[in-house]
Amino acid sequence: MSLENFLLVSAVLFCIGLYGAVTKRNIITVLMCIELMFNGVNVAAVAFSRYILPRGLAVNPKISESDIATVMANGGHVADTVLSTLLTGQVFAIFIITVAAAEIALGLGIVIAIYRNRDTVDITNINTMKG
Amino acid sequence: MGRGWPLMFSLDVMFWILAISAIGSAVAVVSMDDVFWAALFLVASFLAIAGLFVLLNAEFLAAAQVLIYVGAISILLIFAIMITRNPQEGSTSNGFQLVSKILISILLISMSVALVNTEWNELHDYYEIGPGVGSESTTQVQAGAVNVFADTTPVLAELLLKNYVLPFEVASVLLLAAVIGALVLVQERSR
Repeated sequence: MSLENFLLVSAVLFCIGLYGAVTKRNIITVLMCIELMFNGVNVAAVAFSRYILPRGLAVNPKISESDIATVMANGGHVADTVLSTLLTGQVFAIFIITVAAAEIALGLGIVIAIYRNRDTVDITNINTMKG
Repeated sequence: MGRGWPLMFSLDVMFWILAISAIGSAVAVVSMDDVFWAALFLVASFLAIAGLFVLLNAEFLAAAQVLIYVGAISILLIFAIMITRNPQEGSTSNGFQLVSKILISILLISMSVALVNTEWNELHDYYEIGPGVGSESTTQVQAGAVNVFADTTPVLAELLLKNYVLPFEVASVLLLAAVIGALVLVQERSR
């Protein structure tokens, strides 16, 4: 269990999702594969946040002895310390999940609207805008 | 081998179980012909990824993953499948399989080579932290990092509601717009 292992899992998930999104004909399957790609990216973001020491913290830590003492005394509750930037990757993952939820709601709305109008969910048949 | 090695070993075993089930279910999603079964395997994949988040000390994200992906998104997907399913059609593939297999294999191989060969500036793990590791200040930061990762949720709350409060609010507006848009899209046109 190391950073490379998690990143490999993330890359494999992303590529499987990409393959499905490019080759499948059912719109819903394409949406599911896009969700897989989002999940691969999330795994990478969280793995980076867990395993990488930000260079800003490593080279010139603006963190003092007293900060460390406060953190130790509070049992991990780091209010206002630079250390909380270690979790930026998890914040990114939260926003990615939010955007994915909005995307899937809109995407399925569009799918149902198309199904009502054209009675198909096959993307090769939905080519009204093809020149 | 420090005193934490049985724990590290069991974490490794868990990692491989979760990684293999996540990837196996993802493969099943793209290889199943029945869309409904693909959706069920997608749920299995999401659950395994939630387990990976727990291994990465991201408990809040694991809970959010289970609630949002497993709870909400997959239910939406299954509803849409039920509405639009055409039993004799399934989810066939289009004609790009060979080309996309080759291109995506190249992409995967180049990504793997890049990420294995990069020198990451890594945090040392829980059990490797000691007075001898790195410079004085680096050791301090890593001692603090152990505390951050011991309980991430309060730190995440601080970060989300202080440093990232503007994107947080914008995300709520985005969700509102998405809800309204989805409602407008699916409502019956009365004529």
